[in-house]
Amino acid sequence: MTTPVAISLTVNGERVDAHVLPRLNLADFLREQLNLTGTHVGCEHGVCGACTIRVNGDIIRSCLLLAVQAENATVETIEGLSDSGEIADLQAAFRERNALQCGYCTPGMLMAAQDILVQDLDADREQIREHLSGNYCRCTGYHAIIDAVEATAKARKALRR
Amino acid sequence: MKASAFSYTRASSVTDALKLLAQYGDDAKVLSGGQSLMPALNLRLSAPAWIVDIGAIPELRGVSVSGQILRIGALTRHVDILKSPEITQHAPLLSEAMTHVAHPAIRNKGTLGGNLAHADPASEMPACVIALDATIVVQGQSGERRIPAADFFTGIYETVLAPGELLVAVEMPVKRPHSAHFFHEYARRKGDYAMVGLGASAVLDGDMFAELRLGFFAVGEKPLLATASKHLIGKPVTAAVLAEAQAALDDELDPQEDQQATAGMRRYLARQLMARCVADMLGRPELNAGTAV
Repeated sequence: MTTPVAISLTVNGERVDAHVLPRLNLADFLREQLNLTGTHVGCEHGVCGACTIRVNGDIIRSCLLLAVQAENATVETIEGLSDSGEIADLQAAFRERNALQCGYCTPGMLMAAQDILVQDLDADREQIREHLSGNYCRCTGYHAIIDAVEATAKARKALRR
Repeated sequence: MKASAFSYTRASSVTDALKLLAQYGDDAKVLSGGQSLMPALNLRLSAPAWIVDIGAIPELRGVSVSGQILRIGALTRHVDILKSPEITQHAPLLSEAMTHVAHPAIRNKGTLGGNLAHADPASEMPACVIALDATIVVQGQSGERRIPAADFFTGIYETVLAPGELLVAVEMPVKRPHSAHFFHEYARRKGDYAMVGLGASAVLDGDMFAELRLGFFAVGEKPLLATASKHLIGKPVTAAVLAEAQAALDDELDPQEDQQATAGMRRYLARQLMARCVADMLGRPELNAGTAV
């Protein structure tokens, strides 16, 4: 009674055509059908933020979006941001500030962090903290993560001058 | 957990959506932004046979002002409300409250119509639209119905919306001269559901309230337009008047106990919010002295 639906979308710059069951969420589609396992699945009800990706330029929870809803969408995952070099400085700051810990939350944290860095390099620690407040770190490494994002914001701002 | 199996169809227009809803009846759930429905599906609290996706219906988008009425389309996302200059100008309570709704990644998908139709008693927007005296516009096969927001919510996740109807827009009077608004909520983490919250709107007459609408949330099974406000209207507010209003509020409340807070704690926080709101709107900090938490 539920038959696969054809979808076409762009993932990390590449056109993807696939057939998916309606109930399949975008996170599982990326992980299981495209082998893009950088996007992590934590709580599967939108609380933890580990599945955060970018769709049409906005960060979203990929566990709360059906793959069929991504028809014609432009999807960017942690693999895309990493391979393009878009967040190389942010990743380096995470290493330097010891913000990686177990790494489970890291892809989602990087996506959310890059989102505020794109919007506002003047964001202070409180604003960064609030922007990342939808992402849980099970190692509770929050302070180091805020440090890394703040350091990246300052460095990018200095580069602009 | 994963959602159970369902069939999916994408509506191209309101007419199309209403046709699909008439066809599938109770077997269908409407998918808008999905930020409440998807968790319910994933947790298998809901297992519809059909999902009718209204996310691509252009006529349900957009914010407009016509005369004294602000109209917000059902598919307007939370982030759009935050960024809308029209809403900031004409309904600043919504813009302010929206900063407390979930987190950026969720605000990028969640919609106002979806939020109101979902009717979570701890959600910010239902209380705010009640405080703003909004009208919920719904469409069914037989035409349009316009429902005062205060009559729309009937219980936990329950509204007067019939299975074949679609919430298409929310309308509210634009901000009037000498008006004020207030929003605050107590939550464990910014963006989480509140333990208790208050969205309020008022019209001031000098140093008194000419009108005052207090929309409390997370204090019962639906948002509450507190009638206790009548104790504060049309007279100078003193500490004794405020205490009287707080006692009346306490009588109106029927808070539930959950992991977040006991019923007693909710009553206490609601009284604090009332004091904070009145002091803030009247610019009288002494009315809230010693009660701040």
